[in-house]
Amino acid sequence: MMDLDKIERDLMREVSGVTGIPEGAYNFRVNGKSIGRHSSDKIDIIPKRGKSGIDIRIANNTRGEIAHIPVIISASGLKEAVYNDFYIGDNCEVTIIAGCGIYNCGADDSIHDGIHTFYVGKNSTVYYIEKHCGIGPGAGKILNPTTKLFLSEGSRAELLMEQIKGVDSAKRLTEAELKKDAQVVIKERLFTHGKQLAESKIVANLLGDNSSVDIVSRAVARDYSVQDFSSHIIGKAKCWGHSECDAIIMDNARVNAEPALDAQNIDAELIHEAAIGKIANDQLMKLMTLGLSRRQAEAQIINGFLK
Amino acid sequence: MLRVEGASFEVKKGRKKLVILDDVSFSVKPGELVVITGPNGSGKSTLAKIIAGIETLSNGKIILNGQDISTKDCTERARMGIAYSLQAPVHFKGLTVRDLLQIASTSGETFCGENLAEVSGLLEKVGLDSGQYLDREINNSLSGGELKRIEIASVIARNAKLVIFDEPEAGIDIWSFNNLIKVFNEMRKNSPECAIVIISHQERIMKMANRILLLKDGKIAFDGPSGDAMKMMRDTQ
Ligand SMILES: Nc1ncnc2c1ncn2[C@@H]1O[C@H](COP(=O)(O)OP(=O)(O)O)[C@@H](O)[C@H]1O
Ligand SMILES: [Mg+2]
Repeated sequence: MMDLDKIERDLMREVSGVTGIPEGAYNFRVNGKSIGRHSSDKIDIIPKRGKSGIDIRIANNTRGEIAHIPVIISASGLKEAVYNDFYIGDNCEVTIIAGCGIYNCGADDSIHDGIHTFYVGKNSTVYYIEKHCGIGPGAGKILNPTTKLFLSEGSRAELLMEQIKGVDSAKRLTEAELKKDAQVVIKERLFTHGKQLAESKIVANLLGDNSSVDIVSRAVARDYSVQDFSSHIIGKAKCWGHSECDAIIMDNARVNAEPALDAQNIDAELIHEAAIGKIANDQLMKLMTLGLSRRQAEAQIINGFLK
Repeated sequence: MLRVEGASFEVKKGRKKLVILDDVSFSVKPGELVVITGPNGSGKSTLAKIIAGIETLSNGKIILNGQDISTKDCTERARMGIAYSLQAPVHFKGLTVRDLLQIASTSGETFCGENLAEVSGLLEKVGLDSGQYLDREINNSLSGGELKRIEIASVIARNAKLVIFDEPEAGIDIWSFNNLIKVFNEMRKNSPECAIVIISHQERIMKMANRILLLKDGKIAFDGPSGDAMKMMRDTQ
């Protein structure tokens, strides 16, 4: 595919599943430049002027289309802030596959700040999939994603955000504003190891009646890594909000979870659950009695948990 | 095949010592089916866990095929051919029935692709439709009986030399109970060298046994042929 070397191609596949020119609209950003861009009949991708990023305009009634917008950084020391704005029309059902992979073999930190803003039209559904990973022996692989969602009446967004491995530092911010009958589902999967730091902050503003948010965060922190999770659900109407943060802590890691609820309407129904603990001993034992070593059993439990 | 010699298990409770198993000795020969029975709290599950390596002996020895395995951990014992079906199945977050059965049937070796046919067959043996269950998570969205049957399937998958079932009938309805009996009969037919230990209170399972062990207060109160045991238990009732 294009002019990528093997490491870049592998990263591309890992974070976005892309192995060649995909069908439909796409924009491949590699080392700060677009190396391939394609608009489809209904999805228009336009580069921004004056700053990095693209506008993605999706026509009303676009259904079943997928847009791929992966980012790869393999030039050590590259620092960028990229603004991608999604304007999704009414009655759409579309999938956006983002994701960022950093390969760093040099002495300087590589940083990608991705600011994604979604304007979701009435009765539209958007699926957003974002995977992050870092590889290479070099300095920092730093990813700071911001995702902002503005949901019109009756619209729905489903986010799957994963940080697989190798990201030294991450500051994640996810914000959603929901009008009447709008829904957001946020699934977050964070794995940290070594001395990594990951911070995730999720804020949902439920403004309209019958709006709902469901946040499911699963995290594994091992070695000396530190994770900070906070969710903040604000209910200003007759609404439903649920936040669940479930973390496995290992070795000398630290996990801090702060779920917060703010009900400003008598018909706001808000729930949070948070649980942090080590891998359950009975789970380990069960897998060991099936012949797995302790390490293999741990790996299976963690893989399952983050799946 | 298996010899348990003078096995004791003690736990500390505050400053007191609780004796849970007290000098238990018995053996199981290849091809034998032994039922362990006894009141709740008599130490049956603890005994099974000690054999599987989940709990560690305070005193005594476990010998498998002439080799002292008392200091081996449960992975090593599993790889030496011991399989244990838990009384209370474990819940997992994220692991599916398919994952568990695949792990069980490959026994710690690296997966070599899907062994879907094998895994589906296992579920059918315990009366579960594979299409419906393979991708379910092993958590409390499954009923107690379903979890129990998946647990049993995971142990059948191991093709082990010594298989211990801990109250396999618990939570299982009549129809699956008949299925279960069929599973045991099939195991005995297909692997005549396999030793089977079943912890059970069920008369129908006891009747299948070559021998019955009765455990009371952590001690063996009776060890003998199934017929004698049944007669004795009827008499003492
Ligand atoms: N690790 C332990 N710590 C304290 N008490 C235990 C432990 N393991 C078992 N016991 C106690 O030992 C007794 C026997 O338990 P168990 O072997 O489960 O009995 P059974 O399976 O025959 O019903 C019970 O009273 C149980 O509470
Ligand atoms: Mg028991």
